[in-house]
Amino acid sequence: MISKDVVEKVAKLSRLDLDEAEITLYAEQLSQILDTMAGLQQIDTEGVAPLAHVLPIENVLREDEVGECFTQEKVLANAPEQSEGMFQVPKIV
Amino acid sequence: MDYEVVIGCEVHVELKTKTKIFCNCPTDFGGEPNTHVCPVCLGLPGTLPVLNKKVLEYAIKAGLAMNCEIAHFSKFDRKNYFYPDLTKAYQISQFDLPICKHGYIDIETSEGARRIGITRIHMEEDAGKLVHQGATITTSAGSLADYNRAGVPLIEIVSEPDMRSAEDVLAFLTNLKAIIEYTGVSDARMEQGSLRCDVNLSLRPVGQKEFGTRAEIKNLNSFRAVERVIKYEIERQTDILEDGGKVVQETRTWDDGKGMTFSLRSKEDSDEYRYFPDPDLTPIVVTDAYIEELRASLPEMPQVKRQRMIEEDGLPEYDAGVITASKALVDFYDGVRAHYTDAKKISNWIMVELLAKVNADGIDLSEVKIQPEQMAALLKLVDSGEISGKIAKKVFSEMFATGKDPDTIIKEQGLVQISDEGALKNMVAAVVEANPKSVEDYKAGKKKAMGFLVGQIMKESKGQANPAVINKLLTEKLDSM
Repeated sequence: MISKDVVEKVAKLSRLDLDEAEITLYAEQLSQILDTMAGLQQIDTEGVAPLAHVLPIENVLREDEVGECFTQEKVLANAPEQSEGMFQVPKIV
Repeated sequence: MDYEVVIGCEVHVELKTKTKIFCNCPTDFGGEPNTHVCPVCLGLPGTLPVLNKKVLEYAIKAGLAMNCEIAHFSKFDRKNYFYPDLTKAYQISQFDLPICKHGYIDIETSEGARRIGITRIHMEEDAGKLVHQGATITTSAGSLADYNRAGVPLIEIVSEPDMRSAEDVLAFLTNLKAIIEYTGVSDARMEQGSLRCDVNLSLRPVGQKEFGTRAEIKNLNSFRAVERVIKYEIERQTDILEDGGKVVQETRTWDDGKGMTFSLRSKEDSDEYRYFPDPDLTPIVVTDAYIEELRASLPEMPQVKRQRMIEEDGLPEYDAGVITASKALVDFYDGVRAHYTDAKKISNWIMVELLAKVNADGIDLSEVKIQPEQMAALLKLVDSGEISGKIAKKVFSEMFATGKDPDTIIKEQGLVQISDEGALKNMVAAVVEANPKSVEDYKAGKKKAMGFLVGQIMKESKGQANPAVINKLLTEKLDSM
């Protein structure tokens, strides 16, 4: 069972602004999801390694060779606000 | 009550690769803001990170140099948090399967040798740089983000909470920095941010087994800051505990100007980062053959070199410690030694003259212009009597400033030591004649007068007279009077 407190905490970590009705709704829905997932806990996973990747591939690596970068103009093209070649962001702390 | 100090460190080291960890943007320091970026390191939708082979190699090398086990199977995870130094709202890091673990670094302290455990070393991407508008982060109106540094490869080295004093931490960091320099995986320069240290510090009553609540202090960009912050935090936490209060688990920032730490944010528990495997990156599988190949490529480590310098070169422990703490000094020492045999003389010149000049000019050892062969040549000139020790220091200064050969400097400035008795005899005679009082004193048995006369002659010769010859000539002259 997911409590309202947990929903509030997770929402805060995700920077989601939820109202009271949403918190109640999500607590219920998240609990249902976890209950369903709990079924998986019944499966015997003895000797099965935790999954690190869904595809059977490994070691996709690249050489350490410099390539093209974007121009500053292009980088900032979609920035809502910019200053001195940088992204302007609101007060943080 | 008496408290025991418990300290662990997290050290971030920027790897010296040409390109970033997951894209081929350059890692060069400086540059106009947001010019070393591309869709991958900007975290634009639809892009895919691909691991730089060199990063894996360097992380393993660092791990081997710190006596770690290398993981045959390793993976990357997303560490989720909201802060504008990251564009993706997560940092690609390693959580439960780091590339290296269970290592150690040996240190020497005033209380003897100690072994500091290395819990783990993992690979991750650096964040961008934020410029806060206003005096401090807490009073700023807003911030500006530059992502040139975002995606620069880092290794994070996490120590066990095995340190008990500022001295332990400084010894640990000195050795760690030297090991990193020897492996060549990073410049490890604290003042440039390529080596950054966070300190976790807590207190517990002496004899208690459980750790106290710790504070994590970030933003330490010099050894001196590390030393000061430890002193400050011990006092701060002691005051809280003495007053019956509780230390809050939090992240604090160090203000070097004020000499104080300030609360930055409550420390997030690792579950708050909601780590999960990054599906964009494949797992990393490392073979024993590859690990052994990298192990074989490592140079001799500082501790071993230090021991060899003591045993084989006959250097005092102190000298060997100072020189081996820096790869650049060791290279210089070895370079001189290849052309000159007296190890102690080399070490004296390095520790007294070279380091004094380097510190006075505030430069890095890599910027020193003097070549080891030139240093050896200078020492040989002193040994052969061609120049005096005093002149040698003058020549050394000039070599340090210009990088010229000692021979060239001596010729250009006419600094050759005068040992020719004919030339010196006249000088001796002139000084004796000009100082009848001192001659009288000498005759009256005041041997000190002799020293004064030698000094006058040396002055007359601008330091170029051979002191041994002067002594001989002067004694002869005075005794004949």
